[in-house]
Amino acid sequence: MTTITFIKPDGEKVAVEATNGATVMEVAKDQDMPMLAACGGSLACATCHVIVDESWFEKSGEVCEAEEDLLDTAHGLTNTSRLCCQMKISDDVEGMVMTLPPMG
Amino acid sequence: MSEVHSTDVAIIGAGPIGLFSVFQCGMLKMSCHVIDALPATGGQCTALYPEKPLFDIPAAPGINAVDLIERLEKQIAPFKPVIHLNQQVTELEKIDEYWHLSTSTGLKIQAKAVIIAAGAGAFGPNKPPLDNIEQFEGNSVHYLVQKREDFRGQRIVIAGGGDSAVDWALSLADVATEVYVIHRRDRFRAIPESVAQMKALADAGKVELVIPYQLASLEGDGDGDGDKLKTVVVKTLDGDERRIEADHLLSFFGLATKLGPINDWGLDILNGVIKVEATTCATNIDGIFAVGDIADYPHKLKLILSGFSEAAQAAHAAYLIVNPGQALNFEHSTTSGVPTL
Repeated sequence: MTTITFIKPDGEKVAVEATNGATVMEVAKDQDMPMLAACGGSLACATCHVIVDESWFEKSGEVCEAEEDLLDTAHGLTNTSRLCCQMKISDDVEGMVMTLPPMG
Repeated sequence: MSEVHSTDVAIIGAGPIGLFSVFQCGMLKMSCHVIDALPATGGQCTALYPEKPLFDIPAAPGINAVDLIERLEKQIAPFKPVIHLNQQVTELEKIDEYWHLSTSTGLKIQAKAVIIAAGAGAFGPNKPPLDNIEQFEGNSVHYLVQKREDFRGQRIVIAGGGDSAVDWALSLADVATEVYVIHRRDRFRAIPESVAQMKALADAGKVELVIPYQLASLEGDGDGDGDKLKTVVVKTLDGDERRIEADHLLSFFGLATKLGPINDWGLDILNGVIKVEATTCATNIDGIFAVGDIADYPHKLKLILSGFSEAAQAAHAAYLIVNPGQALNFEHSTTSGVPTL
């Protein structure tokens, strides 16, 4: 198990015990985080946009071209924006913190 | 007074599950009206991935999404569903034994039961979350171009990095006095030839590529409602700001889904999905059912194939509401054939 922390749009911090191998989006949905993730992880939308804490960004994994293309349609992007359906839980991300933007 | 359509079941959403709900209702001799916000049937299948093959539809391996929709339409044709496109259901209320639906175009439908098959919600433009953007809509802020001539002699800011942004930059460069393209990065998701043409126009000074910037805010001429746009403020990720004087903003960030009015009907909704009873797809409100991606129950799989099954469950449960006191004789289609309505 790996602990990651979501910061909700209202500032509330939620630490979650997550199973390695799950995507961060799956963990967020399991915890009823305020996130649409409308396409269910098929890289067809940008509604699972999260802002990864800067110190964790490199560990969040490679951003593929298809993810970059979809990030073009997200709003309020930062240098550490990711689609969290493309991020997997592993020992490497123990302690990772990310902020959920408002659902819009 | 406008005409009120009367039907057994009103189905909200004309995606694959909405269409198959027509079939399941039709097999139980219930008539249907279907409403959808998009200009065509098919929902996400048509709007997001028309050419993509689906591999998990039983007995139709590798079927393209558009072909799936075409076959569903053929399958439901005998039941003569009335499909109302280009409009969103804005109101739903129960008056006596009927549910009364009103749409954004003023259409009125009364139905004995309602099946919500609205997927992730109604499709509309993916609007940038700028505080005052709505006051410029229809005047200086546009999500599609209807008449190119409207932009002759105008200063245009185009925001986005896809085909629409690139194509309209090319087209409007001839008629507008200034064209700016705001995009967050150097790469565009568009036909390479078009991108090359746009870059050539930029080199020739006919288009200005404002990269890597994002929209930050809009400023008007200060007249209040129905303002004319005056300045588009853009920022880099490092906070560098640029102010662009412009008459129009064309915002091209693709489509987004919104539940919209569905949120206001008293349904048990969490994070964009409606809680239902898994074996009937009944919602917390008697007479309203939810099927497909918008319906949620423990261990729900968001698959078209689950949605088809949910449509059958909902139709059988709705029968008892549409036909109170009448027995429901369960029949296989091999026995009943396809009934006529």
